[in-house]
Amino acid sequence: MPADPMLKLVASTPSPQGGGGEHHEPALYARREPVCPSKIDGRFRRFKWAVMAFCLAVYWGTPWLRWDRGPWAPNQAVLIDLAHRRFYMFGIEIWPHEFYFVAGLLIMAGVGLFLVTSAVGRAWCGYACPQTVWTDLFQHVDRLIDGDRNAQLALDRAPWGLRKITRRLTKWAIFLAISFATGGAWIFYFADAPTLQRAFWTGTAPGVAYACVAVLTFTTFWLGGFMREQVCVYMCPWPRIQSAMLDEKSLIVTYKDWRGEPRGSLKQAKRLPGAIGDCIDCKQCVAVCPTGIDIREGAQIGCITCGLCIDACDRVMGQVGRERGLIDYCTLDDAEHERKGGAPKSLVKAIFRPRTLVYLGLWSTIGLGLLFMLGNRARLDLSVARDRNPEFVQLSNGAVRDGFTIKLRNMEDRPRETVLSLEGLPGGAIYTDEMDASAARRALRFTVPADTTQRLRVYAVVPGDAAQPQAFAFHLAAVARPGEKPASDRVNTEFSAPSAP
Amino acid sequence: MADKRIDEPTGVETVGHEWDGIEELNTPLPRWWLWTFYATIVFAIGYVVVYPAIPGRHAATPGTAGWTSRGALAKDLAAADAARAQTRAAIAATPVEKLADNPQLLRAAIEGGAAAFKQNCVQCHGSGAAGSKGYPNLNDDDWLWGGDIATIHQTLEHGIRYPGDEQTRVSQMPAFGRDGILSEAQVQDVVSHVRVISGQEKASASSTRGAQVFADNCSVCHGANGEGNRTVGAPRLSDKIWLYGGDRATLTETVTYARQGVMPAWGQRLDPVTVKMLAAYVHSRGGGEALPAEPAPAPAAR
Repeated sequence: MPADPMLKLVASTPSPQGGGGEHHEPALYARREPVCPSKIDGRFRRFKWAVMAFCLAVYWGTPWLRWDRGPWAPNQAVLIDLAHRRFYMFGIEIWPHEFYFVAGLLIMAGVGLFLVTSAVGRAWCGYACPQTVWTDLFQHVDRLIDGDRNAQLALDRAPWGLRKITRRLTKWAIFLAISFATGGAWIFYFADAPTLQRAFWTGTAPGVAYACVAVLTFTTFWLGGFMREQVCVYMCPWPRIQSAMLDEKSLIVTYKDWRGEPRGSLKQAKRLPGAIGDCIDCKQCVAVCPTGIDIREGAQIGCITCGLCIDACDRVMGQVGRERGLIDYCTLDDAEHERKGGAPKSLVKAIFRPRTLVYLGLWSTIGLGLLFMLGNRARLDLSVARDRNPEFVQLSNGAVRDGFTIKLRNMEDRPRETVLSLEGLPGGAIYTDEMDASAARRALRFTVPADTTQRLRVYAVVPGDAAQPQAFAFHLAAVARPGEKPASDRVNTEFSAPSAP
Repeated sequence: MADKRIDEPTGVETVGHEWDGIEELNTPLPRWWLWTFYATIVFAIGYVVVYPAIPGRHAATPGTAGWTSRGALAKDLAAADAARAQTRAAIAATPVEKLADNPQLLRAAIEGGAAAFKQNCVQCHGSGAAGSKGYPNLNDDDWLWGGDIATIHQTLEHGIRYPGDEQTRVSQMPAFGRDGILSEAQVQDVVSHVRVISGQEKASASSTRGAQVFADNCSVCHGANGEGNRTVGAPRLSDKIWLYGGDRATLTETVTYARQGVMPAWGQRLDPVTVKMLAAYVHSRGGGEALPAEPAPAPAAR
């Protein structure tokens, strides 16, 4: 991406001026300036509430959804069963060898982030990122306990006294409770939720469950309660990647300086009509910013494009009777266009452009491909490994025997009757190490338990006169009940024998 | 060289260096970063105290937790033993011929036997149990002493011609050539006969003479038609499988000097459960035979 002089993605603290005072030699270490966003209402704030409620509800509620899979499989809708190496998601069950579905989902997530970034910029950062959601929640707790922005700032500056200690302890206790309830809920994705919850409270859950809850409670408490915007600015790689992915056609939160500058109060505007811009320098956009930046300095890495400054500015513009949108979602191209006096362009055009459509196409192709594969995958699988040591065994009557390790995979949640048979290999017969050699047949019947891989040692015997090296195949078929779709699999393999003299 | 200036968009001072127009901001580190660094130092001190850390001449400082890598290994091994204890007890309580009645237990015994085989048996019988000259292939269906699981177990337990085990399997083929029982010509004749009954040669004058020598000297153990006799471990000579080789030179050597293969009595070296598991594994290699319908009396099995 070419460096655009308009795109000031500056890798620095949001407000570093406060770091070490106004001395010539900057301090080595900077104290974090408290970010205490004030309360705001508006369309983006309401949208943010809705997204937060949705995200938390999905996260919290999903493990408790039930899904009937019959008596041989868990009935939790979404379950990552690490102990049994199964991943359940509603009607889909994924085995470890089908991990490419998960890889496909991860690729979709990656392309999805390209898509979202090219269409609506850092919308992930502004609305859906867990760091944003929890920070937002905890900042709301700040306002609930300490009051709005000014009260919070005052309390922060106040010396440690009984009142401050009480307030802080109350707030931290609430943080901790939220962290425990939300961060701790992560474990329910990995085991049957109601059972684990009962075990958890009676102290009989596995140690790893308690350890996970402890770690996740702590990280939620620490990252959401204290680190907050510093995670976005210092720790997260995503803003750095995004500074390479944004271009002049990406939606970003833009302060329309050509309309706002020079800033001046209402009084000044009255005194000097025409010389003063629309920005009345009320600093409301700074006050509501959850990462503590001043959007009027231009696009910057601290801006998560949550749109709260747009809400704040729109309200002020409404109060002073000026047109809304002094701060608004706008692309750099459109900003240039408007700066030159052009009419504002529709946001729809900014979102639906060739690049986003290409990403959308790519994303949906992968998604449809995965769905297609999901619909067509076999739930009965045969794998065959030939013995290499010894390759074949000479029997006393001249016959030759080969050994195979065979796996019958029944991926359905019910036991299945199956028939393993030979294709080709004239005169050949098979038996297993649990059978007597005299019971060898062309086909053997096995009942494979539900959701199980059955490992067999199978011996194939061919009489001496037919014992030549040759290709043949194992065939596995499920015995279908009436009205059932037939399922089968076959594997080509080789029969080893001493080559003819 | 140092040309420090305040960067206008950020208000931060630069470090004063410049490479091709690229400058670096002198942004102060966040304070928590420093605290994180201190925290790692505190952690390191705690680690040094709790775990073995500072190397000494003979050993490192022990650490207050008493952790050692050998101790951790011993604990893991004990845990593995404990995990297997129940299965081993079940195998110990089950007679070897009854193992097959419990498929799960048999499966466990076969897996355990496969592991024990790799440690104790592959040196002679090969990693695939395919044997080599003088060491039987355990995959095939030809057994010197018998191929049902109880007989295999007996062979494993007491060995073959193993000194120091009273019940070891013993048989002795005379060295017909070396000890002058047969003349060189007679040896060649009997070799011809053996090669005829094993389908490797057409009948000849030599083999006709050899048939008489065979009937007089060999059929006592190997049977009138060379079908062998498992009670004395005499191999069947009429099949395709040769322990030492079926060609003329090898057969001549066998008849002249005889063969006295030895296998250790594993009952003296391994615990009874492992011997049982080995029997199950060898029996599962494909040539295992069913138990006789009526268990023969023990001496007859030998």
